[in-house]
Amino acid sequence: MKILMIIGSLISLILTIVPPIIFFVGNLELSQMKGYMGIGMVLWFVTAPFWINKPSKSQQL
Amino acid sequence: MSNSFLKKVVGETNEYERTPIPSGSLKGGKSFLGMYAGEHTAGTEFVIGPLFVAHGVSAGDLIFGLLIGNLLAVLSWGLITGPIAASKRLTLYYQLERIAGKNVVRWYNLVNSLMFCFLAGSMIAVSATAVGIPFDLEMPTLTDWLPRTPGWILTVLFMGGVITLVAIQGYSQVSKFANVMSPWMILVFFAAAIVGLAQLGVGSFESLITIAQEVIWNGVPLSGMSKFTIWHTIFFAWFCNMAMHIGMSDLTILRYAKSWTYGFYSFAGVFLGHFVAWIASGILYSVFLQANSASQEFAPGAIAYETLGIAGAICVVIAGWTTANPTIYRAGIALQAIFPKVSTWKITAIVGGITSLAACFPALVMKLLDFVALYGLLLMPMGAVIFADFYFSKKMGFQSEGALSSKSDFSIPALLSWVSTLVFCLGLNFFYGVEIFFLGLPGWFVAIAIFIVLSKIKYPLAKSLPL
Repeated sequence: MKILMIIGSLISLILTIVPPIIFFVGNLELSQMKGYMGIGMVLWFVTAPFWINKPSKSQQL
Repeated sequence: MSNSFLKKVVGETNEYERTPIPSGSLKGGKSFLGMYAGEHTAGTEFVIGPLFVAHGVSAGDLIFGLLIGNLLAVLSWGLITGPIAASKRLTLYYQLERIAGKNVVRWYNLVNSLMFCFLAGSMIAVSATAVGIPFDLEMPTLTDWLPRTPGWILTVLFMGGVITLVAIQGYSQVSKFANVMSPWMILVFFAAAIVGLAQLGVGSFESLITIAQEVIWNGVPLSGMSKFTIWHTIFFAWFCNMAMHIGMSDLTILRYAKSWTYGFYSFAGVFLGHFVAWIASGILYSVFLQANSASQEFAPGAIAYETLGIAGAICVVIAGWTTANPTIYRAGIALQAIFPKVSTWKITAIVGGITSLAACFPALVMKLLDFVALYGLLLMPMGAVIFADFYFSKKMGFQSEGALSSKSDFSIPALLSWVSTLVFCLGLNFFYGVEIFFLGLPGWFVAIAIFIVLSKIKYPLAKSLPL
């Protein structure tokens, strides 16, 4: 489950930074870019809290 | 009913206000990386970045000034604050009490907590400029001192309440919150820079240089603003957190560090927050000025929303939050030293209330630069006192922790070091016109010198009899 959350968080970060780069090179509209960034933000909020502050198994021992 | 509810919410917290941190409660580097990155990639960055644009700093002066100033700030945390924190493992306030005595520290703590309340309040106000967007809230302008509408007051009080609830849960909760938010927030700042540059017409490296020099940081201050040079940039970057490093406020945080070197982890905060984020927010403001050249509106939330959409607005809220949270926590610890029998969470709740009320006044945002410089300067002399006591007591022949060793509640050397240094700095400013950003460095040396001389007189080391 944790690995899925981490993958979700990585996707959210990609959705946060890649659309602005595509907008910069002129292949994406501003409104589309804002939409992708918004989706990335929501994905971050629902995935990151489940793994960032959780101790790893080695730390729990 | 409300008391039991709050106890349930905050749980039992032990923040070791008057004892050294036990080894079992020390925290690893990850906590500090997250804390610093979150704290310094913050709401203030949405105000300070535009300030450099408004003060007409040139592009070259900005880049080199920030690199040098931020490096000096990291060295101050790493070489001055970190070693003392890891050696003593006490809060700033308790450490100061042992040196200066309860009666002196009581006044220092009061000033300190008020300054922290106002700083946290300004961050809540910055957050409110984003929270108010869906409600079509009338935003403050550069010249506003008082709230414009009841809606602004309600928004700020709501934000303050939520932020206080998180802060009263202690350092662990604050650290967790910053850890979760900072990676996403930092990327949003990067995104802001990229999108802003695109909107300004940057399409190549050559055009980036041209637009940076001629449009964004063109070296011409806005009407009514003073001109900033590379020296302003260096000293502002170095001393904007003067209270935290050479002022020793971060003893309270770094006392949890497993290693004295964790002070250097502040690089994560300053080079992301005080470099990337200041540049990014400067670009955002430049885009805003290009589109609204006559506008006096100064609403970071609305500016970020225009360029980045909902993610930008939420980033402003979170950025304000991650600054306000540890600041309210610090203010709570300051008052705890005055009222040691009152529990931390009750103190922090009171601080949160004062902060929320202060946040209603937009002047805190509009005058942020002056305020940040003033509060750093007010607190810095006591940091110099701690530094001098730690490093020079044995070498220069006076008793360490003078108030504790003489069982006194009042230390003349500490009090006079504080007051005399501030008078000296005021004199430099008043008679010689030295700007407030440049007063910290000479003031620090003056505070150390006064403290050493007076301590040698008041608390000399007893000479041991020859055998």
